[in-house]
Amino acid sequence: MEPAVRLRAAVTLLGRFPALAGVDLDITPGEIVLLKGPNGAGKTTLLRLCAGLCSLASGKGWVLGHDLNDERRMVRRRVALLGHRTGLYDDLTVAENVAFWARAAGAGGTDVDEAIERLSLTGRLADTRAGRLSAGQRRRASIASLLVRRPELWLLDEPHAGLDQQSRDTVDALVRSAAAAGATVVLATHELERIQVLEPRVVSVVGGMVRQGSDSANAPNGEDASTESDRRVP
Amino acid sequence: MSTVVAATTSSKATRVLGWLTLAGFALLVALAFAWVPEDTRITEQGDVVGQFDAVRLMFVHVPSAILAYTGFGLTFLASLAYLRWRTDWWDMMAHASAEIGVVFGVLTLVTGSIWGRPTWQTWWEWGDVRQVTTLVMVLVFVGYLAMRRIPADTAVRARRSVVIALVGAVNIVIVNRSVDWWENRTLHQQSTLTARKIRDETLFTLSFSFAVGMVLFAWLLLHRFRLAYLESQIEQLEVDEAMEERRAEAGLSDDSKEQP
Amino acid sequence: MLPLRVTAVFRDAWLIAGKDLKIEMRARVGINQIVPFAVTVLVLFAFALDTDQEALRTYAPGLFWVTVLLASLLAIGRSFAVDLADGASDRLLLSGIDPIAVFGGKAAAIAIQLVVLEVLLAAGVVLLFDVTVHRYGLLVCAGLAAAAGVAAAGTLYGALVSGLGVRETLLPMLLLPVVAPVLVGATRAFQDAFGVAGAEGWAWLGLLAGFAAIYGVFGALSYGALLEEA
Repeated sequence: MEPAVRLRAAVTLLGRFPALAGVDLDITPGEIVLLKGPNGAGKTTLLRLCAGLCSLASGKGWVLGHDLNDERRMVRRRVALLGHRTGLYDDLTVAENVAFWARAAGAGGTDVDEAIERLSLTGRLADTRAGRLSAGQRRRASIASLLVRRPELWLLDEPHAGLDQQSRDTVDALVRSAAAAGATVVLATHELERIQVLEPRVVSVVGGMVRQGSDSANAPNGEDASTESDRRVP
Repeated sequence: MSTVVAATTSSKATRVLGWLTLAGFALLVALAFAWVPEDTRITEQGDVVGQFDAVRLMFVHVPSAILAYTGFGLTFLASLAYLRWRTDWWDMMAHASAEIGVVFGVLTLVTGSIWGRPTWQTWWEWGDVRQVTTLVMVLVFVGYLAMRRIPADTAVRARRSVVIALVGAVNIVIVNRSVDWWENRTLHQQSTLTARKIRDETLFTLSFSFAVGMVLFAWLLLHRFRLAYLESQIEQLEVDEAMEERRAEAGLSDDSKEQP
Repeated sequence: MLPLRVTAVFRDAWLIAGKDLKIEMRARVGINQIVPFAVTVLVLFAFALDTDQEALRTYAPGLFWVTVLLASLLAIGRSFAVDLADGASDRLLLSGIDPIAVFGGKAAAIAIQLVVLEVLLAAGVVLLFDVTVHRYGLLVCAGLAAAAGVAAAGTLYGALVSGLGVRETLLPMLLLPVVAPVLVGATRAFQDAFGVAGAEGWAWLGLLAGFAAIYGVFGALSYGALLEEA
């Protein structure tokens, strides 16, 4: 089976800083993967790389079968990245924001209604301008505008950060249903206990590199990639 | 693994070019001041007209203009080449030649202005197509250099630079045409070289100044390009160093490679 | 295949333009800040020219277009600031919309705002500088063509500097020399339309249209490369 993500000695530079210093990673479709590691370890960059938003300085990578070196546009339209920023326009209402991103992705009006429903953004909330939302509501609106795209790979960067209890539950439900629907989910979070129930495969990211652990029953069926000892930029 | 080969931009070739430029310039000064007579013509009415001593400025002004446009032209070609081959080499070439183009573009404007004062009785003539076109061109490439100075990913900066350089080339044609229509006249000498209205001594010295200019251009370009190359080497070293730190952070020892 | 893609580009461009215009209608930055700024510049010109009615009438076309260019810098900067504010620019990349459509949509939205600004400023020039319009057709066509040209070049350069920390200072430096021909052409066309100088107004309109066409094509073709940020 074609892996959802396959990285080989992937190096990504932010300016002159190697945010990723040679990552080897295999993720099979339908997996839930938890990226664990200290701040500055490269988790965010790894997620952005998988979304096709960063370029490879060296190494190789494929996401959903598309080469990260020259088919990043194909990657981008099939993934959803929930980052620290919400991607919402403050002067548009929640419904308008979700509808805009739905139409941008070629999705229809029923998808919009469904997404708004699922993230409990109906009623007055739907007609509120995004600029007036609380942080939790903003995050939910942001997720709704990703949901309409029916992504095959979810990349969630600290999805629980700064959220109230209701919104946290929404995030968990989203991860669960996405995985149940066969999508792949990669998330970076500090909320380990919450995620534990989903039995994710834990991957530790340290110093811009990856160690694939086997803390979970859901072990990778790709090749063993723990031999990243001597890869570097040519 | 990249290593810095030499921490200097000079080589045997540049030293030869440098001495050639110096000798050529000395000879040019001698020719321009001692050999070339002042420019005068007697009109049918018997008036003495011409550029007089100001003609000697031409031996700086005209080669400067040619060097400036050679620089901008080379930036344009290198940018096209970058689009085709996507190598840092062409990006550095575009940068180096743009910088030289701006230096000589400014020199062209300054000497032209000084020359225009006694000859046209004005420091600046807005109706002159070449003068205004050169000014806009220099401004576009000053912007180009300013953009290049902002720290960014090498590939991103290279792509942006290509766009500015190509727009600059398109722009020069549009500006040239529009200024031409704007005033529909030009004060500039219309092809004095081909019309043979020029004295033999002046013509020889002018040609000689082109030759000196070209050697100077090659000398500057080699140095500037090598400087850019060394800069990129230093950048690479910094990346390598940061990579080592990153790997140490990840808890991996890396004995097989040694850092200087 | 091709017609389908072309349809998609137009649909997406319309989507982007509609979004940008809707945001501008809501935020009222144009009405509350850019238009007052432009009118203030006109008033300052009147002060600078020492209430000489004759000089104001003569130079009205040039003053009008300098004002439009200065105000366009604000509109262009604003158009990109909206996308950068909370990561929408990343989402636009991820949406898979053809970069040509993004370029076309943003340029169209800026052009429409510039046309509105031109109408208001034209009224201001007629009232404050005492000019009379002799050729309405030429005035309208030159206004539209110049707005399209400035919007096309501005969108290209706006994308080029967007994401750079110094974009507010870099944009004027890069864009103004490039739109200089628009200033020359549009001023000449307006001189003819206002009847203050005998210029070949319709020939200058050709230059403006050519400028808009060149930068429209160039921007559409190179926009993708500019958006492909590392």
